[in-house]
Amino acid sequence: MQFDPFVIPFNIGLYFILIYVITRSVIWFRDLSKPDKLRLQRGFFGIAFGMSLKEIFMESLIHRKILKTNLRLGYMHMSLAFGWFLLILFGTIEADIFGARHLNAPYKAIFFRFFNPEHGKTGFEAAYGFLMDLILAFILSGLLLAVLKRFYSKIVGMKKTTRLKLTDKIALTSLWLIFPSRLLAESFTSGAYGTGSFLTGTLGTWLATFLPARQMAYPFWWLYSLSLGTFFILLPITRYMHIPTELFLIFMRNSGIKTGDKAGTYSEVQTYSCSSCGICIDACQLNFSAGITNIQSAYLMKAIRNNDDVTDIAYNCLMCGRCDQKCPVGIELSPIRMIQRRGGEAENDIRNIYKGYFRSRQSVNPENEIIQANYNFLKEEEPGKTDIIYFAGCMTHLTPAIKKSMVKILDASGLKYNFIDEHGGVCCGRPLMLSGQDKEARELINFNSRMIWKSGAHTLVTSCPICYKVFKESYYLDVKVLHHTQFIKMLIDDGLVKMNFLHKKVVYHSPCDLGRGSGVYCEPKEVISHLARLEKSSFEDENSLCCGGSLANMKLSSSIKKKIALDAVNALTKNNPDILATACPLCKKTFSSVTEIKIADIAEIAAEALIAKPLKIYSSSHLTSIKELANI
Amino acid sequence: MDKFGFTISKGRQIDYGSNDKRIAEYIFEKEPSFRLCIECGGCAATCTSGNFTGFSLREINILIKRGENDKVRQSLKKCMLCGKCTLVCPRGVNTRNIVVLAKKAFLKSDEYAI
Repeated sequence: MQFDPFVIPFNIGLYFILIYVITRSVIWFRDLSKPDKLRLQRGFFGIAFGMSLKEIFMESLIHRKILKTNLRLGYMHMSLAFGWFLLILFGTIEADIFGARHLNAPYKAIFFRFFNPEHGKTGFEAAYGFLMDLILAFILSGLLLAVLKRFYSKIVGMKKTTRLKLTDKIALTSLWLIFPSRLLAESFTSGAYGTGSFLTGTLGTWLATFLPARQMAYPFWWLYSLSLGTFFILLPITRYMHIPTELFLIFMRNSGIKTGDKAGTYSEVQTYSCSSCGICIDACQLNFSAGITNIQSAYLMKAIRNNDDVTDIAYNCLMCGRCDQKCPVGIELSPIRMIQRRGGEAENDIRNIYKGYFRSRQSVNPENEIIQANYNFLKEEEPGKTDIIYFAGCMTHLTPAIKKSMVKILDASGLKYNFIDEHGGVCCGRPLMLSGQDKEARELINFNSRMIWKSGAHTLVTSCPICYKVFKESYYLDVKVLHHTQFIKMLIDDGLVKMNFLHKKVVYHSPCDLGRGSGVYCEPKEVISHLARLEKSSFEDENSLCCGGSLANMKLSSSIKKKIALDAVNALTKNNPDILATACPLCKKTFSSVTEIKIADIAEIAAEALIAKPLKIYSSSHLTSIKELANI
Repeated sequence: MDKFGFTISKGRQIDYGSNDKRIAEYIFEKEPSFRLCIECGGCAATCTSGNFTGFSLREINILIKRGENDKVRQSLKKCMLCGKCTLVCPRGVNTRNIVVLAKKAFLKSDEYAI
């Protein structure tokens, strides 16, 4: 029987990780809610399975999304993941074809060269050896990039790379050692026996000229096995857990499971799927404008995995959603952050190794439930019956120009509407939600819902994207919710209002809650291009910036907020537009405090371009009366 | 008994010795911009809740700084955290955080009360 003591560390590691992953997936499946279990079962026997397989190949192995955003970084990830996969696959095939018998133990494939040193001298064997060397060279090229990235992150086009904890560093070192030690071990063996292809063969022959190759090979085979074993054992408590977890994530996502608003299996699977690649760090405005580099999503995921207190990280975020869009794994980062906000301050668990392998899920702290807000002072009103409700929102009351413009447009349209919060309304509830106080928010939501329901309207128009998002997502209303840009577009399309063309250069800033938050990208731009000359900026749609005034962040000082706003304005107004248009009163307010350039809401531009109606009904009736007079 | 229209008014002096400044100190520590407030009342004037009831962040600021916490405890519950006060503040005080911190501070002081 082919066996050598050096394979023991590898075997221990491999069987440990296999048993661990199976146990973990059983626990995860057990904790799923019943509908999610059904979804997963249906997904497993449906189209979702095929889709998942394709996605696993494209994303987990090829890393297509990272390749798209950053070629060098993508190559680094691809060479390690896809290369390693190929090495295992072809290694197993090699051991199966050329080995002593079929269906070998895994270690015989991994350490094939050690057990078959004479193999690969001629013919097909040599060609196969060439292929194996090629794959190893492919991995080593990526590894070289990875090592360089650690010390000089700009080499792969990254501004920042993630900071690591100790276990991560040990795991990283063992991962780095795996392939060079394999190279050296195979080279020495090849050198001693005169085998090997272009890489191991050449290196081996050269090394054998001045070193005792046969004696040197054995310690490197030990090192290879040890680094593999260490890597496997540390895997569950480091970021490399993403390798097995991402497969689960892809299956679950394709089966239609969503994050929801409580911590559960899916949010945990997502947390473990984060590979700390650091793409979210580069995307974050708090990083490149404010220089805050410890709160990005990668660090949030890491802190959750380590059972650290995440309050500071969870709250120090603009919730702009830029990282959500950029995440190559497709983790729903903002919902996970919201779960942490709802959870409040968690008690720090006593940390030990066991906790690292089987972490207990954070339970909701009762603290948030004790500070109960009290909105009994709100008086129920009886709004008049109407078709359309205009809800300006708190922020719009601070920018009266938007409010007035909307009233002008609504008046001109001739539709029957009710300006429901003309004399000051109630907050929509999203600011409370963003600070994790869902119960209080629910009170306000119920209050507003009752008012809207009583008015009998079929359409709700709001000027504030913050309100728009919460009306869409958290109010269960039987009305059509429109942001005013969508509404103006509808009016123009239906011919209810006529607009002039203003000869002005306009750049559009897409507000976070309207664009990334609610997926409204086209309508505002279509309205602008109907009214004026719309210029392109380098931050369009999903890549748009946050104004910095976000209500989601309560930790930032006003000077940092202004810095973010100034950076955003400067980036958007590179081509010197006449107007920087936005669709959010909060963005308008934040921007206008830092710049001289005219900031205008789309409603204001539309109101300016509006052609006043020639009072048809009025004048015609006037004319008839003159005719009548003449007839008399 | 007939009072002939006269009453004895309540004492109006502020006893700084008996006042509890812990809430104020907690907020000062966590949100230094609390010191910047000039009590202009802009926050109270724009307040969404203040539109319906006598809620005033300016008053809360003064009372917390004085250490008269009993009145604050109740009125804090009326805040909707909408954030208008932060936007109008001429001194850049992070008002929303002050409200949240004050709530937290009251909870903590309740926990450690004898």
